[in-house]
Amino acid sequence: MARHPATPAAAPKVRVVTLKIDGHDIGAREDETILNAANDNGIRIPTLCYLEGLSEWGACRMCVVEVAGSPKLMTACSTRVAEGMEVTTNSDRLQRYRRTILELLFAERNHICSVCVSNGHCELQSLARACGMDHVRVPYRNAAYAVDSSHDLFRIDQNRCILCTRCVRVCDEIEGAHTWDVMGRGVDSQVITDLNQPWGQSTSCTGCSKCVQVCPTGALVKKGTAAGEMEKQGGFLPYLTEMRGNR
Amino acid sequence: MSGAPKITLATAWLDGCSGCHMSFLDLDERLIELAEKVTIVYSPIVDTKELPAGTDVGILEGSVSTEEDLHKARMFRERCKFLISLGDCAVSGNVPSMRNTYDLDDVFDRAFIENAQAQPQRPSESLPTLLDTAIPIHHAVAVDLFVQGCPPPADAIWFVLTELLAGRTPDPTQVTRFGA
Repeated sequence: MARHPATPAAAPKVRVVTLKIDGHDIGAREDETILNAANDNGIRIPTLCYLEGLSEWGACRMCVVEVAGSPKLMTACSTRVAEGMEVTTNSDRLQRYRRTILELLFAERNHICSVCVSNGHCELQSLARACGMDHVRVPYRNAAYAVDSSHDLFRIDQNRCILCTRCVRVCDEIEGAHTWDVMGRGVDSQVITDLNQPWGQSTSCTGCSKCVQVCPTGALVKKGTAAGEMEKQGGFLPYLTEMRGNR
Repeated sequence: MSGAPKITLATAWLDGCSGCHMSFLDLDERLIELAEKVTIVYSPIVDTKELPAGTDVGILEGSVSTEEDLHKARMFRERCKFLISLGDCAVSGNVPSMRNTYDLDDVFDRAFIENAQAQPQRPSESLPTLLDTAIPIHHAVAVDLFVQGCPPPADAIWFVLTELLAGRTPDPTQVTRFGA
């Protein structure tokens, strides 16, 4: 599908639609996502792979919502609003599913908070608390993943990665380097630098640290940080995207 | 009913660092208030050797890592009406479970041979058999309440105990979290 031309000489008219989110009547632009419309109206939907300023991915499923008339759950981050839509963001069923998603994430790799550099500053950890995920019912996989410390400044600990692909997207869409990508399938998937070469040997990495700043967990971190010391500043993104005219 | 019978409380520490018990002792002067409503019938901090059947509340710190831990967890489940997993090791396996990605032989070598200052050798007696993996309490026996934290702050423990004493079921995620 062709995109709108970059020159907004005669800005295309965007219709406003009305919909209900959690019983509230809401007006939104028809090209908005359910997530944006909800956020604009102070309704918080939990997200993990979504990050304002990056393309929509819809991978983590934390933001699933119920839409009246549809048997399927929709990801709020990648579903557009529509006239007359009735959205439920926080039913018992959704809360249960979100807790289950978090349990599966915690069970897949090593998410032991107490010894993590991101302890106290981790979006996965905060979400577990916010969603009331107080224990993991499924067995832990106890699988070991690689740690790559070859870069001068940064480290990637695959054990802490939840495959949200924020690093992949920020590197491609904002930095324009596309150092990061995803390799493998299922639980063996992992983010890689260049053609799965050590990060320190990457010829495309500019060392800008955007990937580190947007990583929601302790997977991508600055070297030399001890437990709880890795605080990230992801707030630059919406500013950057706006300044460059939303690409 | 005048002079209501005191609630009976038991605690034990499995594969953990005792930090959760230290945090419990950090209740400080609130321990006196607690002692007016609760009798501790079995715990590392009292002298009783036997966990009485029909204990009202059991609190377990630490993960299940050995046959002895497993035995204790089962005993607590059997003899306590309400069982609490206290702290990240009990709730998630936490640090003790970080050995799970290694082969048990390598774990033994690391602990008793590579890092030994003197007489490097595998222990052959007096130690409970190590399980293949360290697991959370609730992967061994049913648990009624999960209190996260490494350790859970004393205030969180106080909140949980006072809510329970008031007959309510607390939501510990309001006052603590994994890694707290």
